[in-house]
Amino acid sequence: MGLTLSWLSVIILIPLAGLFLKSLELSPEQFWAILSSRRTLNALRVSFGLAFAAACVNLVMGSIIVWALVRYRFPGRRIFDAIVDVPFALPTAVAGVALTALFAEKGWLGAPLAALGIKVAFTPVGIFVAMIFIGIPFVVRTVQPVLQDLDPEIEEAAGSLGASRWQTIIRVILPSLAPALLTGLALAFARAVGEYGSVIFIAGNLPNVSEIAPLLIVIRLSEFRYADATAIAVVMLVVSFVIIFAVNRLQRWAQSRIPAR
Amino acid sequence: MTIEVRNLVKKFGSFQALDGVDLKVDNGELLALLGPSGSGKTTLLRIIAGLDWPDTGDVAFNGEDALAQGARERHVGFVFQHYALFRHMTVFENVAFGLRVQPRAVRKDEATIRARVKELLDLVQLDWLADRYPSQLSGGQRQRIALARALAIEPRILLLDEPFGALDAKVRKELRRWLRSLHHEINVTSIFVTHDQEEALEVANRVVVMDKGRIEQIGSPDDVYETPATAFVHGFIGESIELPVQVEGGVIRLGDQPLPLAADGLAPGASKLFVRRHDMLVGPPGSGAFEGAVQHVRNFGPVQRAEVALSGGETIEIDAPRNRELRAGDTIGLNPRRYRIFAGA
Repeated sequence: MGLTLSWLSVIILIPLAGLFLKSLELSPEQFWAILSSRRTLNALRVSFGLAFAAACVNLVMGSIIVWALVRYRFPGRRIFDAIVDVPFALPTAVAGVALTALFAEKGWLGAPLAALGIKVAFTPVGIFVAMIFIGIPFVVRTVQPVLQDLDPEIEEAAGSLGASRWQTIIRVILPSLAPALLTGLALAFARAVGEYGSVIFIAGNLPNVSEIAPLLIVIRLSEFRYADATAIAVVMLVVSFVIIFAVNRLQRWAQSRIPAR
Repeated sequence: MTIEVRNLVKKFGSFQALDGVDLKVDNGELLALLGPSGSGKTTLLRIIAGLDWPDTGDVAFNGEDALAQGARERHVGFVFQHYALFRHMTVFENVAFGLRVQPRAVRKDEATIRARVKELLDLVQLDWLADRYPSQLSGGQRQRIALARALAIEPRILLLDEPFGALDAKVRKELRRWLRSLHHEINVTSIFVTHDQEEALEVANRVVVMDKGRIEQIGSPDDVYETPATAFVHGFIGESIELPVQVEGGVIRLGDQPLPLAADGLAPGASKLFVRRHDMLVGPPGSGAFEGAVQHVRNFGPVQRAEVALSGGETIEIDAPRNRELRAGDTIGLNPRRYRIFAGA
């Protein structure tokens, strides 16, 4: 208990407290001026908005991937299962370079998309793609063990009681998976908000358009505007905390409907 | 509702789960499918329920083709060995599930659903658990809820797959009696699968004994116990002594020793002699068909179980009444009161 608390303090709480203290150097007016500047607001909007959208996509696609991995036996299943972990293991900069090369106007995917008039690299769409890439394993790996644990017999039971496939999914499978799905969503979202390495390569980093908040912090630091940087950091911290807290509550509510076995 | 199954064949890969099964189930029957694991009994049940499909063969309910319908349309109540309750729903909602997923046109209103669920929970005597979650119930309670849930849709047929398989011995016995009286009350054509012969003989009106995807015998509990149709049934139901014998020129031999038993109508060749343990009567040496030396004796309530080494070399176990005490080392004569001989090694 003591060890846990001191370790948590050293690793997490003290740096966070330092962040808040640093931002106290600013008067409330200055603080507000930094935050309400167009560039800051746009950076935060890009980071949180795209991260949330990416997490939602990951929730849907991740669930489908998990379903296939757990419920079907197909050749190469184990390889696909291992591939899911690649975004975990790959250095983010490598991922960023790879995605940029792929989606650049002359890249394998970028070229056909460009022909359709869709630009991915160096636009917010590129950020979105990178965030999906790095977030997918979080959803898959949190939902997988829960789905494995879910007895296929309950689907048969639902069917023999007269439920359609759709009713079985909505009324039986999704509610059983809800806590895991929400956890996966929260993790993928948190990861995407904080993602830096892979995003900055593909983003193009145009202020107000495709500049993410973490990058703006780095820019402010390199301009020696430490207080500006910490102000943005504090806002990110608070917003992230509120969102994680909300998801946590939601998750606990979902879990309370499935008491532990 | 009658069920008629004709020539069902089902393979899983190279495993022959069902190998030509024919079965007729009468209206209101309580039928047991009894057999060792891998005998195809669960596969047969799942095909009747619409959870599996045969490679060839027919299933008819009241003369109507059932294979044309999926599990959803067949209106069959299915109870799983491991209950398969929905763990995110209360007991009440579990039982109500089948009523709530009905198509809008025939769905009952909330008050009717509530009344019906209440009625079912009363029937399984668990109305006081309505607000609990399945994880808060004991195994026996869960299985009764699973049964109430299956009955909610007013099934035409009730199918139970090893319903008591996961429960401990005492609860099992209680639930057996309970299931029989419940069946008496609701009188739905029911089939249950079990590998427990005692369960099958005690609960069912009729027993179907299966082995290796085939039906070995269909009969009343008395029939299958008293007059087993095949060597498998004799060996599987009740405790039997099994001895390899040779039938030759109207004489039955154990090893090279002729036995003073009638061989009328038996086909010559290698055969098996079956005797129930309690049908082997103990007498003084030289008085019976067999001679043997008692090796061990253990007492089981009203009987003493003795391990006897026959003079031919085989060792058998017999159940003798306690009135004539046996001791290790005694030499005794043994005479089968009743026996059956089946051709085949």
